[in-house]
Amino acid sequence: MKKILAHFNPEQIRESFLVLLILVFVLFFSTQIPDYFNPRFINRISTSVAVIGILAVGQTLVFLTRNFDLSIGSITGVTAYLVGQQLWYHPGIPPILSVVLAIGIGMLMGAINGVLVAYGKVPSIITTIGTLAIYRTFLVEYSHAVPITTNLLPDWIVNLNQVALFSFHGFEFRVLFGILLLVSIIFQFILRYHRFGRLLYAIGSNPSASQIAGFPDRRIVFQAFLISGGLAGLAGFMYLVRFGNIMVLAGIGLEFSSIAAVVVGGVSNMGGSGTIIGAFLGSLFIDILQNSLYRSLAVSEFWRDAILGMLILLAVAIDYLVIGHLRKKWARTGFQLKSEETSNVK
Amino acid sequence: MSNRKRILSNIWQKFNSWEGLLFVILIIVFFINSIIAPNYLTVGNQINLFVLYIEKIIVALTMTFLIINGEIDLSAPSIMGLSACTMAYFYSNGMNFGLAILISLLIGVACGAFNGFWVAVVGLNSLIVTLATLIGYRGLARVFVEDRSFGYFPEWFNNLGQKNLIGPFPFALILFFILFIFALIILQYSGFGRRVFVIGNNKDVAQYSGVNVQRVKIQLYIASGLISSLAGLLLAARYGAIRGDTAYGYELEIITMALLGGVNIFGGSGSLYGVFLSILIVLNVRNGLSLAGLSGHFQTGIIGVLLIFSILGPNISKLFKDWNKKHKLFIKPEKIVESNHKEVDQV
Repeated sequence: MKKILAHFNPEQIRESFLVLLILVFVLFFSTQIPDYFNPRFINRISTSVAVIGILAVGQTLVFLTRNFDLSIGSITGVTAYLVGQQLWYHPGIPPILSVVLAIGIGMLMGAINGVLVAYGKVPSIITTIGTLAIYRTFLVEYSHAVPITTNLLPDWIVNLNQVALFSFHGFEFRVLFGILLLVSIIFQFILRYHRFGRLLYAIGSNPSASQIAGFPDRRIVFQAFLISGGLAGLAGFMYLVRFGNIMVLAGIGLEFSSIAAVVVGGVSNMGGSGTIIGAFLGSLFIDILQNSLYRSLAVSEFWRDAILGMLILLAVAIDYLVIGHLRKKWARTGFQLKSEETSNVK
Repeated sequence: MSNRKRILSNIWQKFNSWEGLLFVILIIVFFINSIIAPNYLTVGNQINLFVLYIEKIIVALTMTFLIINGEIDLSAPSIMGLSACTMAYFYSNGMNFGLAILISLLIGVACGAFNGFWVAVVGLNSLIVTLATLIGYRGLARVFVEDRSFGYFPEWFNNLGQKNLIGPFPFALILFFILFIFALIILQYSGFGRRVFVIGNNKDVAQYSGVNVQRVKIQLYIASGLISSLAGLLLAARYGAIRGDTAYGYELEIITMALLGGVNIFGGSGSLYGVFLSILIVLNVRNGLSLAGLSGHFQTGIIGVLLIFSILGPNISKLFKDWNKKHKLFIKPEKIVESNHKEVDQV
């Protein structure tokens, strides 16, 4: 038993449980909704998960340091609008430059959050509730309620949503989903193997200990917010690609979806535990649920937010009650295994 | 002579606090506003100012209790929306109006108790719990009203929200002052209030000294739910109609009012006098901005800046004091205080 336990950790068990849950939900909805498995629906999910998934990656980094980022919905909206406006005025901007522009704008707003939280010592929830309103205000005032519409944008950005890297019997592997996978894989590796990722875990699991140990905790928290802002900027670009019509309310409520995704994916709100794989699965789960509810006849789509809130609560409660218990057990067995090994060596 | 000096230094000490700073800011805001608009300092305008934001102000009272207790309730605006929506839904489906109000108040209590259960009994972080219920209760409200808007409440209900009850004072304003005095007595002059402070200072110490932490927390959350649902009903009475997004995003201002009033975000300190001053500041700043012709969205942004400043300001001044201690560049105003202490000793 101990050997089996040693091969897995609680996060992996949680993630496989989540995969199971997604399968159960998909099976349930496929009995409720006629023609559930048609390629168009799956393709739509793959593009809509891209926005939430990217936001969830950034939110994971912030969550790992025991903070919240509620402003990413506003950052997404502002970036989508600004980039859309630049492409409207200067249609000649190359694709790469517009992505860089989006990430830069996002990073700028993330940096404001980061400075306030890390160096100003303002609690992250207060900072980001404030900047949530400030960035939205900026968007409303700056845009004068003039929407960006698809016919104002260059063709490549309108068509980018449909571009597939390769397709198989109508199931397309679209560019947006590809970006999400790439970003997820990169950040999963950073969290697992890079110094920055390990520092995120260290600071989140015990802030005062990591400060005493001499880790650059302020800088790391700042960088987490910076990257979260940058990724929200990237998500803003994807939002522009996906919808094409950007109004002043663009991206409102995305912060809640991303927090739901992250928490359902097993990233602890007390910091220090969670993976990008979990966040990815969480956003997939949330997105499948939302899209299925839109098409479901049995359940009204107005239940969406109520279910979302309930899910967050349940995920946090399970995390606190069950996973916390498991983790303690694992920690104990791991310790015993190690001591046995050392005694054998002796 | 010494007596006068002592009085002066006492006044200095009073003003050298957060409340003193708020008072000075308030006077400056008053001054600027009355220059901009001649009819600013009339009774009608000052009452109107309160009436426009009366629901948020009422909820700010219970929010103060919760933040001092070391918790937070982000879901308060959603409870406001939910109770207003359920009242409208039940009434439009033919229920007796009094019963509909009673049920929506009970729903508020149930929502508060639900929050309190997860925070106090299960022991989850109140931020994440009330964030989840912020989404969840709003979602429930949408389940009831969907895309529709409900109106046509009884006339006495609309009159209660829109017309003056006694002299120039409408019902909601009188209710606010009664609740404020009630809250002031409970928080600052009663045993329950002391327990709220003690728990906010250190939960474990309070637990070991025999304070029933769970019960106090659940009571506070239930009170918050009840007051929020009452505020939601007042909002329905004032607007005369209800939609799914009623009271959306009010948490920003409610929390700003509490935190700007000097309530410590980590719990354990704060006073309702400060909160009252900060309410006045928020209201007058909003009023001044709209007199200057700026839109409601711009005002919301300014409130966001105020919220961040209310925590950043003290942090920066603390940083400055530490830096000053090291470098001793500026003379500290503590001299007056020291001389005062000596005199007291001699007497």
